[in-house]
Amino acid sequence: MSRLNAANLEIAREIMSRYPVVRSATIPLLHLSQEQNGYVTREAMQQIAELVESTAAEVYGTASFYEMFKFEPIGKYCVNICRSISCHLVGGDDLVEHAEHVLGIKPGGTTADGLFTLEAVECMAACTEGPTLQVNYRHRFRVTHQDFDQLIDDLRAGRLDAEIPPHGTLARERQHIPADKAAGNVSPDTPITPAWMEAAQ
Amino acid sequence: MTDTASTAEQPEAPAPDPNAVQVTINGVAHTARKGQLVIEAAAEAGEYIPRFCYHERMAPVGKCRMCLVEADSGRGPAVTVSCMVQVAPDMKINTESPTVKRMQEGVLELLLANHPLDCPVCDKGGECPLQDQAFSHGPGESRFVEEKRHYEKPIPISELVFLDRERCILCDRCTRFASEVAGDPLIHFTSRGNNTQVNTFPDEPFASYFSGNTVQICPVGALTAKPYRFKARPWDLDQTESTCTSCAVGCRTVVQSSRDEVLRYQGVDNDAVNWGWLCDKGRFGFEATNSESRLQGPAIRSGDGFTSVGWNDALDQAATLIKAAVAAGGASAVGVIGGARGTNEDAYAWARLAHDVIGTPNVYAHLADALRSEILEMPRATINEAASATTIVLLAPDLKEELPVLYLRLRDAAEKKRSRIIEFTARKSGLSKYAWKSIVSRPGDEVEAVRQALTEPEIAAQIAKGDVVVVAGKANLAALGTLQTDAILKVLEAAPGAKVLPAYRRGNIVGAVQLGMNPGPGGNSTAKILADAAAGTVKCLVLLGVDLVSDFPDAQTVERALSSGVSIIAVDTFLSPTAQRANVVLAAAAAGEKNGTVTNIEGRVQTVAQKINVAGTSRPDWMIATELAARLGKDLGFTSVDSVTEAIAASVPAYADITPTALKSARDGLLAVPTPSASLQPSGQQAEPANGYDYRLIVSRELYDLGINNQMSPSLAGLARGLRLHMHPSDLERVGVADGASVRITTERGAKVVTVHGDAGLARWTVWMPFNQPGGSVNDLISASGLVADARIETV
Ligand code: SF4
Ligand code: SF4
Ligand code: FES
Ligand code: FES
Repeated sequence: MSRLNAANLEIAREIMSRYPVVRSATIPLLHLSQEQNGYVTREAMQQIAELVESTAAEVYGTASFYEMFKFEPIGKYCVNICRSISCHLVGGDDLVEHAEHVLGIKPGGTTADGLFTLEAVECMAACTEGPTLQVNYRHRFRVTHQDFDQLIDDLRAGRLDAEIPPHGTLARERQHIPADKAAGNVSPDTPITPAWMEAAQ
Repeated sequence: MTDTASTAEQPEAPAPDPNAVQVTINGVAHTARKGQLVIEAAAEAGEYIPRFCYHERMAPVGKCRMCLVEADSGRGPAVTVSCMVQVAPDMKINTESPTVKRMQEGVLELLLANHPLDCPVCDKGGECPLQDQAFSHGPGESRFVEEKRHYEKPIPISELVFLDRERCILCDRCTRFASEVAGDPLIHFTSRGNNTQVNTFPDEPFASYFSGNTVQICPVGALTAKPYRFKARPWDLDQTESTCTSCAVGCRTVVQSSRDEVLRYQGVDNDAVNWGWLCDKGRFGFEATNSESRLQGPAIRSGDGFTSVGWNDALDQAATLIKAAVAAGGASAVGVIGGARGTNEDAYAWARLAHDVIGTPNVYAHLADALRSEILEMPRATINEAASATTIVLLAPDLKEELPVLYLRLRDAAEKKRSRIIEFTARKSGLSKYAWKSIVSRPGDEVEAVRQALTEPEIAAQIAKGDVVVVAGKANLAALGTLQTDAILKVLEAAPGAKVLPAYRRGNIVGAVQLGMNPGPGGNSTAKILADAAAGTVKCLVLLGVDLVSDFPDAQTVERALSSGVSIIAVDTFLSPTAQRANVVLAAAAAGEKNGTVTNIEGRVQTVAQKINVAGTSRPDWMIATELAARLGKDLGFTSVDSVTEAIAASVPAYADITPTALKSARDGLLAVPTPSASLQPSGQQAEPANGYDYRLIVSRELYDLGINNQMSPSLAGLARGLRLHMHPSDLERVGVADGASVRITTERGAKVVTVHGDAGLARWTVWMPFNQPGGSVNDLISASGLVADARIETV
């Protein structure tokens, strides 16, 4: 099941239809596959290559540039704690240490129950609010050790399910572009005005 | 008005060249061309700017920053990447200012920061741009004392290429080559920042037919080729320029050897043919020359085996066999087959021996795998003309498999939008995805496919633009080429000014045909000669580097001929399965062991050069033919290879200007093309419609097969993909088998069980099989004697 399932394949085709050059859909499709499996599988990359008419090496080359794409199974919650200078000055590193202790894993590791993956990361652009962390890329600011414990408790108990979807889901509201508004794949050589542009004119 | 007359007398000032751009390079005025990159303009002016990523045959990317210069376009000198910036009027370029020098030192210090500096154990050491430029432009010392980046030392990225990521400077040459030139983007930069590396998709190798080129253009020792690793140091190598004869494209190469052993081929950049590229079969096929299995000298049959004999005895014996055949059945009882493996001189000497000395008309160079030689009499296109034509019409085998570097050139033409490709094929080829139109039709329908296409206004309009080149070759080994030829003639009828580039495959096949390896009056093709041998009217076969047993698309006819009691003289470099059946085996010199000339598909005559001594006592073919002629009572008058080249110039009109002297100064060789004559007429024949059960059979070649040179090159021997059968996925369903299952194929000649795969690139009701692959032959299923071939497919 690590290729896109039927429902997602349909979504993939809609995503592809948004771009004049189908290759442009590479990254959205990578997100879609990560949403399905929690990480980007080998088979998904091969399938995406077929869909966007490139090679698996090109898809992997593109995907591996981005930290947010994972190529190994990862916890349901990816906890990133900032260790850059501003956060460091207000206890970022202590927070990392505390997290290691609470979760029983080192940065890069995943808890045995598959719930949490811990990462110590660079600046997350919230330097005035340190120490900062993210759970599945949702920010938490001025995080005390008690805040952290509470957060983990809440996540375990499912109290934050509404706010924080499992790793891989970027947004619960899926963008949907009606067929008549999609650009449609056109060869760059074809002098066709994309549908949306035509409508705008 | 009064001075009109005197003005008219003034010589007109030459119109200023609109493309000229005046620049100053290191204080010296230079006329560059509009759009030219600063790095190129400087090179023309004699200033070599150091570089790593820039390569003349690929788009610039500005990756390495080694080529920084100062350029002043009127606002003061500014540091500029000379491989990315075009010349501008009055630009002042400085390639050696103190600023430039400091920057070059800085760039090199950074490039070397992570470099392992393992030159003493690196294959590139001694010919490494990084080493050379660090020496000439580097700071001499590094301030970097931290731990360097570490990776697992070389990892194989394909069967032929190793990658040492620690040495890589991320110049993007190999990756650009793979996607931009070869169209096989199977290597890519992965990860980011300090972790950026070149790599493949995990466990999916860089299986490109052109992978060896990345090794040649890597500016450091990051990419190394398995056949050459740790074999020699550049300063031990001795080299000479030559031409690849693995196929008929005729790529220019340098042959490098050490201690009388060929160690490496490198591509030579010439504008006319290969632009510096080689395919891997051409690049690594030299291993066969060094093979321990090479014939070391002549031998004659004794019982089931062979006895080595001296040349005199062997030649006497060969002459006796020929005389006996002539005495028993007249001159035409001798058949001389082949000649494409050797040089022009070899082919010419054999042709003279056959026609003038023996007097047989039964002389033939093709092995039922090529269109009739008359296509060489059509107006011939050069490779450059084909690769810049408005329209390229493909009615040929898969060029990626058979003429790889021609594939690169035509792919480039389509990718750079110079040409539109219209392809007619029975199975999608390597060029299909670059074709403007790729029209798939079943064998038997090719003429109709062309006719229909030409009625489409869009295609008709495209053809009507003129400047059409037809690439013409036999696409199906299971049938005669008659219908393919008719289809080609149909295109030519619609495009009267069109030129033809013959897609002949064997090394010097064009030279062999143009120099007389053709039937004389009443003479026959190879298939008929073999049938006559089986019937007993041909009594002696002279086989010039041809392996009929594995390489002729009709095993039954071959077997009947070889077991008919015909006497066989095999002139070969190996004891091939066919040579094993010979009465006399004459050991021939191989590529790299002899001088001479060869003629490629466009008619370009280029030199091949001897780099090492022959294996054992082998001799070049022309010498063998000359000595055999002497024993048959005639002196061909050839005393040296040059004397043969001169004799060709004196007697073959197309080669009149091609003398050893003229060749010396011709950088891109010289064209030898016969005056066109419209000797081919459409046959007008039509294939029987297939019955409702059978599939049309296509058999074609892949680059790697059981060909003896391939198999005798250890690095290439394992690359053949193996026997299998392809059919359209819907046909798979019809037969009721799954992809990967086995089916039985039955033809008029026999039956076989093979693995089947779905292939959407095939027309419905068509099956495809590769020729001469490990895992079972196909030539015992086909006869290459009908307009089409049909096969029944059943489950097992
Ligand atoms: S392997 Fe060689 S050619 Fe490829 S990027 Fe690295 S240095 Fe450049
Ligand atoms: S394309 Fe042909 S001539 Fe060129 S390197 Fe390959 S085998 Fe040799
Ligand atoms: S340093 Fe932590 S968010 Fe910027
Ligand atoms: S050669 Fe110009 S940046 Fe590399």
